[in-house]
Amino acid sequence: MNSKHFSKINETLYTAELPNGLRINVVTKPGFELGYAVFATNYGGAHRRFFLNGRWHDTPAGVAHYLEHKMFDMPDGDNALSALSANGAQPNAFTSSGMTAYYFSSTSGFEENLRMLLRFVSTPYFTDETVSKEQGIIGQEIGMVEDSPGYVIYNRLMRMLYEHNPVRDQVAGSVESIAEITAETLYNCHKAFYAPSNMVLCVAADCDPERIYKIAEEILPEQKAEIPTADFGEEETLFPIETYHAELMELSAPQFLIGAKVAPAERGETLLRQKIVAKLALRTLFGSSSRFYNRLYSEGLLNRDYDYDIDYTAGVATIMISGESSDPQRVFSEINSAISGVKENGLVRDAFERAKKASFGARLRGLESFDSICISMVTGLFGGYCSLDSFDILESVTIDECEKFLTEFMAPDRLAMSVLSPISKD
Amino acid sequence: METVRCELIPGVRLTALRSDKFKTGCLSINLITQLNRDTAALNAVLPFVLRRGTRYHPDMETIAAELDSLYGTGIEPSVRKIGDIQCIGFYASFPDERYLPEGSDVFEKAANFTCELLLAPNTRGGLFLPAYVESEKEKLLDLIQSRVNDKRSYAKLRLIEQMCCYEDYAVSRFGTEDVAEGIYYQKLTKYYHSLISTSPVEIFYCGSLDGAEVKDILSDALSGMTRGEINYDIGTDIRMNAVEDTVRSFTDEMAVTQGKLVLGYRLGECMEEPDIAALFVFNAVFGSGVTSKLFMNVREKLSLCYYAGSTVDTHKGLMLVSSGVDFDKADAAKAEIFAQLDAVKRGDITDEELDAARRSVASDLRSFLDSQGELEGFYLANTLDGLEFSPDELAELVREVSREDVIAIANSVVLDAEYFLKGDSEDEQ
Repeated sequence: MNSKHFSKINETLYTAELPNGLRINVVTKPGFELGYAVFATNYGGAHRRFFLNGRWHDTPAGVAHYLEHKMFDMPDGDNALSALSANGAQPNAFTSSGMTAYYFSSTSGFEENLRMLLRFVSTPYFTDETVSKEQGIIGQEIGMVEDSPGYVIYNRLMRMLYEHNPVRDQVAGSVESIAEITAETLYNCHKAFYAPSNMVLCVAADCDPERIYKIAEEILPEQKAEIPTADFGEEETLFPIETYHAELMELSAPQFLIGAKVAPAERGETLLRQKIVAKLALRTLFGSSSRFYNRLYSEGLLNRDYDYDIDYTAGVATIMISGESSDPQRVFSEINSAISGVKENGLVRDAFERAKKASFGARLRGLESFDSICISMVTGLFGGYCSLDSFDILESVTIDECEKFLTEFMAPDRLAMSVLSPISKD
Repeated sequence: METVRCELIPGVRLTALRSDKFKTGCLSINLITQLNRDTAALNAVLPFVLRRGTRYHPDMETIAAELDSLYGTGIEPSVRKIGDIQCIGFYASFPDERYLPEGSDVFEKAANFTCELLLAPNTRGGLFLPAYVESEKEKLLDLIQSRVNDKRSYAKLRLIEQMCCYEDYAVSRFGTEDVAEGIYYQKLTKYYHSLISTSPVEIFYCGSLDGAEVKDILSDALSGMTRGEINYDIGTDIRMNAVEDTVRSFTDEMAVTQGKLVLGYRLGECMEEPDIAALFVFNAVFGSGVTSKLFMNVREKLSLCYYAGSTVDTHKGLMLVSSGVDFDKADAAKAEIFAQLDAVKRGDITDEELDAARRSVASDLRSFLDSQGELEGFYLANTLDGLEFSPDELAELVREVSREDVIAIANSVVLDAEYFLKGDSEDEQ
């Protein structure tokens, strides 16, 4: 395996690609009890239409998530989740719009757990009976998120921003769409997307990286398969379809989620740089140290339930600012004036430099969490960059880049707001 | 990890863990108070009011600027409930100096700043600023009311509130709305001074610095703290049996699409001399994690619910079983939960189940050694309970837990109350 030491953060990264196309990243963590491994496919809820073997395939909404649920069934009748747990590991999985990831952490038997992880994810086993039984559980999961304010407000924002991209739909699909899923659908999609060439394995543990390589080589199929090309629908404009949407819910106070679309940069280091610029720009102008947040907090318009982020998935990128406020419209117009302020006078230099220091600290803190290291590496491999390069890039980001980002992507006609208001008690 | 435990000034104790493996350090300062309906909201609002401004950093913006300059050091208010004890204070997290430019002195600055927040509030005429108190009072009220937003935790809170209605434990960590409504800056300042002088204080540090150095820096930072008669009479009242002969049943109605069922148990006689390792293993066998009986049977085998799990509170001696179910499946789910507990009582536990439970608990405990946040919580709770083991020592005890230990606990638990959050009656028609 190739290795690279990042002296500023004292981390060593080992990388390799197997002949079957699987890419492996290992960060060694001497002195830690816990080992963490994630095995992920570049396949999520948004990959519904794809090109493979000379033709286009259309699949119902929710297959990636359904597949995630059913992957745990093993041919011997056992369940991989229970088997890994019985071995002392904490296994789990998630499906987002852009990827499906299977992971575990454990404090003993790491290699054995890794073998189990690789084996169950690469061994499809579905019967019509087990597939139809899952419809009840997933149907309940789909129903349950409609009670979750966080989900509802996000989903409504995505529907206001995106006209064609499947990120506008629930990752798990709908009760109707999942009714179309059969064992055959699952086998076909597993074959298309779970080939090692479309997957990555990332590990953070006190381990020998060569052993990780050997285990992956020994368990996974040898041949290198063609990688499917996904179609996420017609290209989206940078403008929202709708700018405001409100719904009622059983809540204590109004919640808002303000979003704007960003044209994602090309794969590779440009993409990583854009992500770093975006986060630093948002931190400088809207972070918890910003004049914006502190003034609105003092005025009682914002509280501690407040956050900002940029989310890259399925070929799109979305800026999101969320919180709780008695007057979401005021927050919305304050965001607009903060952006006009940047357009006229730029960002405050001191605030920018402080945000940069704070951002370094926050990224350093991210290295304490193994799942955060590994998921960042997975995202980096799918996006064509190395996530550990972010510390060096951060240092070189300029105030001009951040100003340009904000004024370009958060202009007044780019913003949309999704609101949930409490059902009135009378 | 090297552990240092010592008293810095009267009633202020430090637990310092030295470790080189982390890239950050953490420091928490906790005032230890008795959870009580009349004072819980006052205690809860205090760290938030203090976090608004100090003598030297008069508002949030100057505080935030200082924290950013300390490479994104975070100092956040912390309000916790551990048994009948309410702990309030600050939790600070900062980058380790080995990763920063020479002479950053981040620990010393962060420690001084945390003490400044606690001890040197921004005041006028010796009193808290009314605007800060008023604003944090409103935010506390929002916070208390916001518990309705997450239905899963709301259902648990509602059960505890009603099941423990004769105990202080019924009060949530943020206190009650009526007391919060009455928060007033003059009274709060007076209350703050008495709390600072009488509360025992527990300080926790974990990072690369030597315990002696941490002790010196903190002793200096706390030298201005006024101490009076310390109130050591703080503890948790453990009730062993159900409040009434028959199980009490509570229901709320709300516009929800899925019901939430919560069963409240007293851990019972086993709390006379609680065996923490055995309690954790029992919980893992019965209802916590994917190898537990609740997960395997109620959720997986019978698909009766989307989730079903148990948690034990070893400080208070309670077990809650919580489940998300369709309205019409609640009775079936409940019957199956009872059936699974009966199975544990009978000793109907396979070797694999017992072994998986022990492994999972031991692994969780060992993983605490990798997280400063987990270590902090573990040591604080242990100190309050008068326990002295480290996570790895407790993990060793977990290996020794026998089937008989688990059966004995299952036979000791007593169902006291049940709660169901169901949909609006209109929706059901």
